[in-house]
Amino acid sequence: MTAEPFPFLTVIVLLPAIAAVVVAVVQKAPRWVAELASALASLAVLALAVTIAVQFRTHDAGYQMVSRHQWIPGLGISWALGVDGISLFLVVLTAVIFPLAMLGGKVRQRPASFLAWMLFLEAACIASFLSLDLILFFVAFEITLVPAYFLISGWGHERRGYAAIKFFLYTFVGSAFLLVGILALAFIHLHQTGHLTFDIVQLAHTHLSAVTGDLLFWAFTAAFAVKAPLFPLHTWSPDAYGEAPIAGSVVLAAILAKLGTYGIIRFDLTLFPRATVSMAPGILTLAVIGIIYGALVAAKSKDLKRLVAYSSLSHIGFIVLGLFALSAESLSGSVLQMINHGIIVAALFLLIGMIYERRGTWQIPKLRGLQRPAPILAAVFVVVVLAAVGLPGLNGFVGEFLILIGTFVTHRWWGVVAVAGVVLSAVYLLWAYQQVFHGKPDGENEHFHEMRWREGLLMVPLVGLIVFLGIYPKPVLDRIEPTVDALVAHVDAAAHTRHGPHTPCRERSVRCAGPKATTRNLALAPRSGVTPSARAQDSTHRDVIGTAATTGSGVGG
Amino acid sequence: MLHAAYLMPLFPLAGFAVLAVFGRKIGNPLAGWLATGTVTASFAIALVTLAGMIGEPASHRSFVETLFTWIPVSALHVQVGFLIDPLSLVMVLFVTGVSAVIHWYSIGYMAHDEGYARFFVYLNLFVASMLILVMASNLVFTFVGWEGVGLCSYFLIAFWYDRPAAASAGKKAFIMNRVGDAGFLLAMFVLFNALHTLSIPAILAHLGDLSTGTATAAALLLFLAATGKSAQIPLFTWLPDAMEGPTPVSALIHAATMVTAGVYLMVRMSPLLHRATDVSEVIAIVGVATALVAATIASTQNDIKKVIAYSTVSQIGYMFLAVGVGAYTAAIFLMVAHAFYKSLLFLSAGSVIHGLHDEQDIKKMGGLRKFMPWTFAAFMAGWLAIAGVPPLSAFWAKGAVLVHAFSYDIGLWIVGAITAVFTAYYMGREFYIVFYGDERWRRLEVIKGDPHESPWVMRGPLVILSVLAAIGGLLDLPFHPHLDFLSSWLAPVVGSVSRHSSVGVGGEWALAITDSVLAVIGVTLAWRLWRVTADARHLEPAFLQRAWLVDETYDKIFARGGEALAGFLANVVEAKIIDGAVNGTASGLRWMGSGLRRIQTGYVRNYAIGIVLGLVAILAWMLVRAGV
Repeated sequence: MTAEPFPFLTVIVLLPAIAAVVVAVVQKAPRWVAELASALASLAVLALAVTIAVQFRTHDAGYQMVSRHQWIPGLGISWALGVDGISLFLVVLTAVIFPLAMLGGKVRQRPASFLAWMLFLEAACIASFLSLDLILFFVAFEITLVPAYFLISGWGHERRGYAAIKFFLYTFVGSAFLLVGILALAFIHLHQTGHLTFDIVQLAHTHLSAVTGDLLFWAFTAAFAVKAPLFPLHTWSPDAYGEAPIAGSVVLAAILAKLGTYGIIRFDLTLFPRATVSMAPGILTLAVIGIIYGALVAAKSKDLKRLVAYSSLSHIGFIVLGLFALSAESLSGSVLQMINHGIIVAALFLLIGMIYERRGTWQIPKLRGLQRPAPILAAVFVVVVLAAVGLPGLNGFVGEFLILIGTFVTHRWWGVVAVAGVVLSAVYLLWAYQQVFHGKPDGENEHFHEMRWREGLLMVPLVGLIVFLGIYPKPVLDRIEPTVDALVAHVDAAAHTRHGPHTPCRERSVRCAGPKATTRNLALAPRSGVTPSARAQDSTHRDVIGTAATTGSGVGG
Repeated sequence: MLHAAYLMPLFPLAGFAVLAVFGRKIGNPLAGWLATGTVTASFAIALVTLAGMIGEPASHRSFVETLFTWIPVSALHVQVGFLIDPLSLVMVLFVTGVSAVIHWYSIGYMAHDEGYARFFVYLNLFVASMLILVMASNLVFTFVGWEGVGLCSYFLIAFWYDRPAAASAGKKAFIMNRVGDAGFLLAMFVLFNALHTLSIPAILAHLGDLSTGTATAAALLLFLAATGKSAQIPLFTWLPDAMEGPTPVSALIHAATMVTAGVYLMVRMSPLLHRATDVSEVIAIVGVATALVAATIASTQNDIKKVIAYSTVSQIGYMFLAVGVGAYTAAIFLMVAHAFYKSLLFLSAGSVIHGLHDEQDIKKMGGLRKFMPWTFAAFMAGWLAIAGVPPLSAFWAKGAVLVHAFSYDIGLWIVGAITAVFTAYYMGREFYIVFYGDERWRRLEVIKGDPHESPWVMRGPLVILSVLAAIGGLLDLPFHPHLDFLSSWLAPVVGSVSRHSSVGVGGEWALAITDSVLAVIGVTLAWRLWRVTADARHLEPAFLQRAWLVDETYDKIFARGGEALAGFLANVVEAKIIDGAVNGTASGLRWMGSGLRRIQTGYVRNYAIGIVLGLVAILAWMLVRAGV
């Protein structure tokens, strides 16, 4: 091919990895060398991510900027990267959060190796989000554990050893299922087509019996449910978030947790649509339990970091709820909420880090009346808390609202119960805010230092995004929606092919993805919507997924 | 006609932004004047819009200004836009008008507070949110204002955040409102599920497509939201606590504007109520019950502001009674009149509190009429107005409500009439205890020297509001078809769904005379019982003083019950069961592995490193293969 397009995706994966190696090599050099190198590298990644977002074609549902190279042809493994509406903003989020985490969570000991691990982790996260090959994904997904483990155990707090091992083993067990699932799927595909491949676009056409589909679904979901985390597989997270250094907590909660929810939407929904539909009620139930349970346990937390960990459990519950509610609104809301939650939780942990730096504790009972000595820090904190509470006008609301309204439409009672989470989040977050910032400051709290300029600059992008995405999420939603619509159609189409008990549109009547897309701009849709036109719509959407492969390889050469 | 509605919330929003960043630099008193200026500008634009609208024929008085698309996903298209029609314009006019006056008053009231600039930051944000709430053309955008005013209410109740009571009261208000807001969310879900739109004009245009059951569910859920915001049974207990906030806040947010948002919402969605079954009855009963319960509590309170707070709960109960019996114009009429006399009462109370250096216990006051003649006159005007003494505003406004209640159901009217006696009585009780009798503050040494009258910047608003409270009835007079300005103004919006009273002219006269007699009974009772003494325990039963024990019961069930549940989950389920299973598995494996100890190091850390090395080896192998 003549004009080879610039391989943005390969570069954005390799750049931080190479930078990590460089920083690790120059460990002996003065501290600023490593800091400058990692700052430049992470800013270059950010610039690349922004370029990718600008170049992204808005109304295209398929994978874009695909680069496909044979890697291990004998095993059908390829270096295949591509970006679509689901992964685009997760990559941007990663590129935004990592530099802030590195700046905001500076460490005193062995800064070079700390930064090297961070850059390595960034590369692995981006590779996971962009990978179109299951083995490549698995390798990247697993490799994130290594830097995460060393970040927790090397720079963590008192119980870091326990927390790091718990995190490592817990997620590793989940991943074992994933690996088995991947291999099984590839071999079934080999058996059917005589062609060994790990390309998800091709594997999506594998024919699976109901039982096999369900088993594979659970194998994949086990890994993702641990990572997200989904109730009741979450107990590694309060320990890991709590004991990790601030930078570690930020990237664990903001980015690594999204690998789990991303895995669900990318692999479960694409590869096992029928199993997804039949398993939805069970997982929706776990998600709703997680929403309420996380909120209630958070209310009893005496430790700010663990409180945020449990609030994350609750918020991830909302994201999973939206994913399995399987309506265009709820899925778009979930994808958007992954971004929103990443921003909010990163901001929360950075602020908690500022408190720790001054007071040497994040025990809530030891903090009091901080609003008087530090009104600006309090104001920023309150904005972030309100975004987490889902106040309209800030980003958390848009995602939560879309998730809940989409869930109500397809799975009414789960949606109704989940609304309780909206009330409870206000309870525990405002209670925590009151204990820490209200009242009269006593003892050391009286001399609490106001937010410094450097810290303020760190918060500007996060608070800016919180406000911007709250008021004008359209640019993001416009890019997410085509992919999500295609995915919903894909799932619905797969569910239609089976005449079993799980026809998702039976009770939803008019609210299936197909007719919705046709009536998008009409105020009212006829009540008897799901009929041949809906099916036709579905099949065109499925073609979008199918053709994505051809478009992709065309671009990638 | 002026199509620049967006400027109305934009001015206070800009004021909020400027003051939030530069407030402390701008300082005292300029920050206050700036905030007052932005609200006055909004009021001016509202007046210009009104002038334009009057020039149009009645059928052309409604339009939507769309700014941009906020949430576009699939069938859901939420626009940021403003619905300007006679109803929203009435709301905008009285909200901006009363807000401007109270901003002005606050310049004096907050003059010595160290949080002066911060106060106006919140106040301006509140006005912007309130305007969004009453003008939004889409329910989701309404919800932005709805939660926005709740947020400002939280900030302003907890304004003196180093007082634990204030901080807790703010949080309580926000959380109880959130319970109502959950109803709002669910109502939106129900409506969207059925109609695929959340645009208010589109919903109202397609109500025919709703089944009665769906309409009933949506209407009840919206009413739940309204009970939260407007402090009605069962969600009323936050409002008395909200009195921890500065008094201008109580006047503006917790009397005149925000707490009436629930009534506005019901009137705005009145065609939906019409489509539902029995919801109107529920609203009427809840409204009149709240009116009576709150009035009995108000008759026994000793905090100068809590009396007025319970009075507000009671008056809003009347407004919901009006909504329930289909008298939407009367509900809005009472809302506007109430905004005048209730903010007058609060600001007068604020003047008393200011003069007595933050004393709020009426039993420590007394004989203040000599020292604060302006405040005395203003409070008396407010009292007689709320009591329904003719020809002051509540006589007309509450009268209109009671006429419709009578024509709807005599039982509702009887409860409303009893409440009217209580109303005249409890406010009179407060008036006499504060301004008559012994100068108890002297003996109790509340202040040194004599209390002082407030400065002109606080007296000016009192005078304006006194006049409005007196003549507010002119808005909607019953005598002649050309005098019912508000009814004909609102007819294009609510005319088709309003019920008309069937009592006739003679009946209206009889009811008006009855109302006057009831008012005089209440006034006389207060005068007889409280003019001389402030000490009459037998008139203040503990059950009423403790507000029918509702708050304590909620505290037992929800606060402590919820805490116990959370504690059980955190300490037992989480620690022992879920995490216990994980750690148990780990130690079980360790126990099994102990036999192999000799050939294994036993450190999990080493296994982890082994796994890592293995992975790296696999990776390296793959890279090598790839290179081949």
